Amino acid sequence: MKKIGFWHRAFDLYYDGFRSMTLGKVLWAVILVKLFIIFAVLKLFFFPDYIGQHASDGAESDFVASELIERGAAP
Amino acid sequence: MTNLLLNIDAGTIDWSRAQFALTAIYHWLFVPLTLGLAVIMGIAETFYYKKRTAFWKKTAQFWQRLFGVNFAMGVATGIILEFEFGTNWSNYSWFVGDIFGAPLAVEGIVAFFMESTFVAVMFFGWKKVSAGFHLASTWLTGLGATISAWWILVANAWMQYPVGCEFNPDTMRNEMTSFLEVALSPFAIDKFCHTVISSWIIGAVFVCAVCGWYLLKKRETELAIESLKIAAVVGFVAAMGAGATGHKSGQTVAQVQPMKLAAMEALYDGGNEMGLKIIEGVEVPYGLSMMATNTIDGFVPGINDLLNGYKKADGSWEPSVNEKMERGRSAIQSLAEYRRLKAEGASEEALSPHLSVLKENYQYFGYGYVKDANDVVPSVFINFWAFRVMVGLGCLFIAFFGLMLLLVFRVPLLSVITRRLLSAFGLMDERHSDGWQMADSVPRWLCWASILLLPMAYICSESGWLVAEFGRQPWTIQDMLPTWAAVSDLQSSSVMITFFLFLILFTTMLAVEINILLKQIKKGPSL
Repeated sequence: MKKIGFWHRAFDLYYDGFRSMTLGKVLWAVILVKLFIIFAVLKLFFFPDYIGQHASDGAESDFVASELIERGAAP
Repeated sequence: MTNLLLNIDAGTIDWSRAQFALTAIYHWLFVPLTLGLAVIMGIAETFYYKKRTAFWKKTAQFWQRLFGVNFAMGVATGIILEFEFGTNWSNYSWFVGDIFGAPLAVEGIVAFFMESTFVAVMFFGWKKVSAGFHLASTWLTGLGATISAWWILVANAWMQYPVGCEFNPDTMRNEMTSFLEVALSPFAIDKFCHTVISSWIIGAVFVCAVCGWYLLKKRETELAIESLKIAAVVGFVAAMGAGATGHKSGQTVAQVQPMKLAAMEALYDGGNEMGLKIIEGVEVPYGLSMMATNTIDGFVPGINDLLNGYKKADGSWEPSVNEKMERGRSAIQSLAEYRRLKAEGASEEALSPHLSVLKENYQYFGYGYVKDANDVVPSVFINFWAFRVMVGLGCLFIAFFGLMLLLVFRVPLLSVITRRLLSAFGLMDERHSDGWQMADSVPRWLCWASILLLPMAYICSESGWLVAEFGRQPWTIQDMLPTWAAVSDLQSSSVMITFFLFLILFTTMLAVEINILLKQIKKGPSL
């Protein structure tokens, strides 16, 4: 009798599992919609890399230094 | 708290804080139920493993299904927080990212993969793996979620009590000098224990609410009673544990964030033998000294003591806020001089004095951004009432779970006394006061109370976070970086727009998610 290997059993677990999902399909749909909104809409349009936009590569520390030093309270 | 003499839009700070708070509050609606239900479903499946009955298999699968819905709903809600660090809090992100980012990275790599791997076995593996391996996978799913919580809480604890780091004026970053000091800081340990244990309360209350509804509808009676037994034990132990860990947390806060404690107590003038206020005018004698110092006569500083300076219990002098502000300004000016001279190619000899002044005063660096000493006082109103809401509800849960234990279990003498007392007050049907009719062991009013306590459990949990985070204000990192230094110089209107966008998005998603959860509860367990 042929022994089924670990990787085959692992694949079988996921394949059969995803194929026979019912509620899971709805949950996955919600997850995928949510991930799309988060990465393709929010991240792209509303969450730019602020320091990357204001400082060139290698000059980030100078940018942050100027920000933090300028905001220091005058004596 | 907004420093009015900034050169950035004051509205930016408030909207950025509001946006972060909204995202964090939303995220925290899902996490505690994940942690709490993990314990319930683990216990239910352990019963199945021991007894191998169809009933316990059905019960375990039911709670796992609700766990799965909540888990899926919570996926990625925390990612938006990380986006906000990079956009809205860019100075913070750069300044402390090397330290703050490390636990988040560990969380993502280790804990999340562990959770994801074993949650797949838990859902797909009932007919594919042995009962023992499946049971282990169920518990490891919960453990993975708990380890995730550990690393996130390590990151948050570091914001409250920054340890294991050293500032590098060349890179403008705080660099980690000891990973263990960060990962195992006493603040992190206290916060982890208290937060996780309080999440078990939410899981237990959730189970009680679902089971209470089933009992009111006179359906799934056996599942309801047996699950109530599990929830009552978990909930009672967790509620007591939350009290104990909360007490320990209070002591740590007293040592490292005394202003937060003073705000929580609306304590303006400190002293020895301080009472713990229930409300204004009603207090537990010596309670605050006990909570803060574990002695009845321990000194607890008030807001005015912290502002004006005071002599600590060990005899040393805690400087006034004005002194700290002066030292903080000195640190920032030294930093500026150091960087200017370094850019001009100055020698080590020329740089050394500025570096020394910076290092001597670095512990007050954040005070260098403060114009008015009163800006370091967090909102007394919010901290005072949020703390009381949390503790008050915590005490209510101890009573609730205690009562539930006495009704669903046959505790010799105590259960009979409890049922007789409830009957005497008309709170339980006399015909069942001595009997053991399973479905009637929990009176209808208690079933309704179980349902009504569910939103209270979330209010309790969120109140705890209000204390933790509002009490920390104005600091993003305690004493190191106030909000107005940490925030990105964005247009306040753009932050306001994203706040309302999130509000609409989160409310819509929450409605969808609650709808899915309620449908599964109405559907009930099935084989």
